[in-house]
Amino acid sequence: MLPHEEHEGSRLDTPAPEEAEQEPRIPAQVQGMHSGLDVNATASEPDTNRAPKMSAREVSVFYGDKQALKNVSINIHDDRVTAFIGPSGCGKSTFLRCLNRMNDTIPSARVTGQIELDNEDINSTAMDVVQLRARVGMVFQKPNPFPKSIFENVAYGPRIHGLAQSKPDLEQIVEKSLKRAGLWEEVKDRLQESGTALSGGQQQRLCIARAIAVDPEVILMDEPCSALDPIATAKIEELIHELRGRYAIAIVTHNMQQAARVSQRTAFFHLGEMVEYGKTSEIFTNPHERRTQDYITGRYG
Amino acid sequence: MSLTLALAAILAVAAVVGWHGFSRAARLRTATRLHSLPSYHGAYAALWAAIPALLLLAAWSPMQSRLVDRAVLSSPEGRSLPAFDMQRESILSEAREIAYGQREQGFNPESSTLAPRIRAEESRFALMGGAAAILLALLAGAFALRRTKPEFRARRGVERWLMILLLAASLIAILTTLGILLSLMFESLRFFNLYPVGSFLFGTEWSPQTAIRADQAGSSGAFGSIPLLWGTFFIGAIIAMIVAVPLGLMSAIFLTQYAHPRVRSWLKPILEILAGVPTVVYGYFAALTVAPVVRDFGLAIGVSSASSESALAAGLVMGIMIIPFISSMADDSIAAVPQAMRDGSLAMGATKSETIRKVVLPAALPGVIGGVLLAVSRAIGETMIVVMAAGLAANLTANPFASVTTVTTQIVQLLTGDQEFDSAKTLAAFALGLALFLITLVLNLIALHVVRKYQEQYE
Ligand SMILES: Nc1ncnc2c1ncn2[C@@H]1O[C@H](COP(=O)(O)OP(=O)(O)O)[C@@H](O)[C@H]1O
Ligand SMILES: [Mg+2]
Repeated sequence: MLPHEEHEGSRLDTPAPEEAEQEPRIPAQVQGMHSGLDVNATASEPDTNRAPKMSAREVSVFYGDKQALKNVSINIHDDRVTAFIGPSGCGKSTFLRCLNRMNDTIPSARVTGQIELDNEDINSTAMDVVQLRARVGMVFQKPNPFPKSIFENVAYGPRIHGLAQSKPDLEQIVEKSLKRAGLWEEVKDRLQESGTALSGGQQQRLCIARAIAVDPEVILMDEPCSALDPIATAKIEELIHELRGRYAIAIVTHNMQQAARVSQRTAFFHLGEMVEYGKTSEIFTNPHERRTQDYITGRYG
Repeated sequence: MSLTLALAAILAVAAVVGWHGFSRAARLRTATRLHSLPSYHGAYAALWAAIPALLLLAAWSPMQSRLVDRAVLSSPEGRSLPAFDMQRESILSEAREIAYGQREQGFNPESSTLAPRIRAEESRFALMGGAAAILLALLAGAFALRRTKPEFRARRGVERWLMILLLAASLIAILTTLGILLSLMFESLRFFNLYPVGSFLFGTEWSPQTAIRADQAGSSGAFGSIPLLWGTFFIGAIIAMIVAVPLGLMSAIFLTQYAHPRVRSWLKPILEILAGVPTVVYGYFAALTVAPVVRDFGLAIGVSSASSESALAAGLVMGIMIIPFISSMADDSIAAVPQAMRDGSLAMGATKSETIRKVVLPAALPGVIGGVLLAVSRAIGETMIVVMAAGLAANLTANPFASVTTVTTQIVQLLTGDQEFDSAKTLAAFALGLALFLITLVLNLIALHVVRKYQEQYE
């Protein structure tokens, strides 16, 4: 029995929390046309005092002898989008990969510090990494659909985790996930075609659908739009708005406008350190740290 | 003068011309700026002196023996020879052997009188050819030397000569293949004049022994190739692959996905040593060690027909031989599956083996299949193991403990020992060779196509 299975019935069917629905939704395309930073999207910041979904304390990562991340502490809440920004090579991806222990797949990587998911230590022996990754899904920088049909791509997770009791059950999960990823209308007539035949933006939404299909609690996105054109990017951003509230979302981006558009919290990383973390609106209008200021005004990066 | 001497002379001319070109350019260099370094001028002149002359020499030497023959036959001694072709041939060849000092005295008295004539004509033509080649070397060298000027682009000229040289080298390989194919086809056509194609391709009886006299028993052999093709297929494509595909694939998966880099750096070379074992060693391993064990096992489980030259023994050992081949092909295609695909699956919460079974292997499958096809084409062309461990009896059986024979075994059988080169028995070997060649060719083409298709997928 998977620990998160008890959520399944309720989670898939509950609508997104209220505040997400009330938020004024500016189409991402329109926002994209503004030249400056647009912080309006974060105006109706939900303010909850609930315990964080995930919390990282004093996390450091070493690749061999080289330290890539220095004592990072952050809380991620399940009703918001948290953005990680910073110049490339500053450790954003490394940190994101700590959250579902993908760094385990790199032999030279060593992680210290404590990371908790619902107050459980994810690095403890009691936590099964396979189940952790089912609860904390991930979307990668470059769309990486499996060389299988669209259907099989989405069905992959439910199959390996035994989430569907029957074929209709599985079909329903696939349909729901594709709908939620905003891809259903485009692919419903060609579910048996190869996932790799889709366009880049569709592939990325397929990867999101694939991650959604195992009904995760957290979705990590590592620069999900960096390989996409502006229209596909706008679709993904819109999708992030829609998914917000259902899943805790952490997104890495090197595009500051994107961070401003999609997130409610922003963390600024520099040279392996987390320099500043706060409300997105504040980070972009009134940063406390000099380095943050320099970065968002384009002085480096 | 012999052609060897001419060869040495040409090389000497080229060296002198090259040195001359070099020093001339070096002298020019003190006065003006050269387009090319003096060494290029030297090399350019030397190449011009050497290559056309060497080509002439190479073209001349096969022509020379024919010219000598014709001159000898039209000489007074030659005209007195009997007109009957075979007799004249044998006298001529005897005379040639005497002329080259390979034998003292001929069986035919005429040959001794012919020998000095041959020697004389031989040296006359060698002198002609050699002189012409040396002359060409001198002329071409002089032509090249005249071009030694500051603005002359000797560097480009050398480049062009090298390109021609490389082209010639690759043409030799292609032309040789073509020549082998043509000779196979030619000899096969001769065989099919003696024996119908249909019976060769579809006949199920193979008994190539032909009697010496027409009235003896079994005077007409049967050359149905089906039992041989079946035996080849049974050993090389079925038994060997049943051994090699799972073992090779699993070892590739272990080496690429599970093994610690240190373990991998030990195991991989050891596996490659397996590929370096001479096939004859595998052959006697199969015949002396494996075959008796297989026979005893067969008898123990009640197969009374178990033979000490079984398809199973040869196939097992051939499978072992093929393992490193399959393993390294599979290794390559597994490594070609992008890491992103693996990460995608792991990030979904799949275990390592689930990721391998459901994502990596399906993605690598076309490459693996291509590798297996190449392995099959190697296995069916393999000779030593089957000659030593498979039988000679052309049985059409699916019993792995029974003896079967293969195409390569039979070719060896047909061509070893004294043979007349125009009997159906000998010519059948060429038809078998052609069949084997075509089968492996088709297998290789399909495999390459599959592998290339697969590689494009991840570019
Ligand atoms: N697999 C790895 N092995 C060694 N060093 C790595 C590896 N991945 C990342 N790094 C190093 O860690 C640092 C942070 O990288 P990364 O987290 O990818 O940065 P970002 O995502 O912010 O661009 C970089 O200096 C990078 O070179
Ligand atoms: Mg990154």
